[in-house]
Amino acid sequence: MKIIISNASSDPIYVQILNQIRQSILSGELHAGEILPSIRQLSKDLQVSVITTKRVYEELEKEKLIDSVVGKGCFVSGANKDFIREQRMKLLEEKMIEIIRESKDLSMSQQDLIDHITLLFEEEQTP
Amino acid sequence: MNAIELRNLTKTYPQFTVDNVSLDVKKGYITGLIGPNGVGKSTLIKMMLGMIRPDSGSIKILGRDMPKDEVDIKQDIGIVSDDCFYYEHLTIRDSKKMIAPFYKKWNEKKFNRYLEQFELSPNKKIQDLSKGMKVKFSLAVALSQEAQLLIMDEPTSGLDPVFRREILDLLADIMQDESNSILFSTHITTDLDQIADYIAFINRGKLVFNEVKDEVLERFAIVKGDSQLLDSDIRKKFVGIRETAVGFEGMVDNRQEAELLFGNYVVFDKPSLEEIMYFTAKGGRIHA
Repeated sequence: MKIIISNASSDPIYVQILNQIRQSILSGELHAGEILPSIRQLSKDLQVSVITTKRVYEELEKEKLIDSVVGKGCFVSGANKDFIREQRMKLLEEKMIEIIRESKDLSMSQQDLIDHITLLFEEEQTP
Repeated sequence: MNAIELRNLTKTYPQFTVDNVSLDVKKGYITGLIGPNGVGKSTLIKMMLGMIRPDSGSIKILGRDMPKDEVDIKQDIGIVSDDCFYYEHLTIRDSKKMIAPFYKKWNEKKFNRYLEQFELSPNKKIQDLSKGMKVKFSLAVALSQEAQLLIMDEPTSGLDPVFRREILDLLADIMQDESNSILFSTHITTDLDQIADYIAFINRGKLVFNEVKDEVLERFAIVKGDSQLLDSDIRKKFVGIRETAVGFEGMVDNRQEAELLFGNYVVFDKPSLEEIMYFTAKGGRIHA
């Protein structure tokens, strides 16, 4: 598992760590049942506060991506990945609906919105 | 569970007062005690160690009362300070012989291992040690007495960055055991930007805040913009403000509110602990 923290990023540190671990799990780089470093070990390796790494693990547990076993540590959850993807799709859809409502307020047409998203999508892909 | 509990500590000097300070240092975490020079950090620490008697208030360390249980308490706390309180003319070996018998849980193996790790020769006299080596020696002593609580008073001031990072790594090692706690007093806040879990900020003898470091860094924001935006109502929103001919730079303690207020007219930056200390000290507000 690789985690890289950037001080230049506008995301808070815990979000950066959270996103990278989540990505490792969803991409299958970390397998179900695999043990994660302890909260204190991870905080030492990344040189961040114990409270930061604790918050990351709590968030991952809430998303059902990891299970924590008292006295043993945290493990990548065996939960169905399709189910997790579905959950995340649902969240994404909610955000999309929000975007559609906003664009209606700004009297944008459906095509305007699609064009705009296409543009942003392409920009995001080119580094 | 708290490693240290201070309640309503007050101590008055002719020029200076530690005013009604209540502070909890949580067990299992690193608490950074920050503040400008001469605002009471060392006075607080000396009160915890029984070197100064407070005029009023109470002190509990590791669940026991200070100064009633002072002898017991001191078995379990290690002190690292930039002032060296060992005899200058003794060697490291002789100093150890003198110190070790005081501690019931003294771990000789550990001590020798730390000497090796820190590249300290037992034959060297204390007076011949560099500042960094003195800190390392007192750290080796503190760690070998199996202390559960480390109290560090400006341990890294006067040390070069290489030494400082080594010490920070070592502290992270100690914190792998969650029954340990560290109180780390410093004005070099970059040490704490990374490793501290809690930040307690003292200014002019009062506690300004004691909060989770991440929350502190998220709550405060540096705002930069055109001085024309400032009127007397807006000024009140700032903890501290610095104006120049080319604009202003100020710190607010409620980032969300400031974002609503200023929108896109200003630039928002993440503050460092140093900036939080600077603007609070400059602004003179007691409660941020």
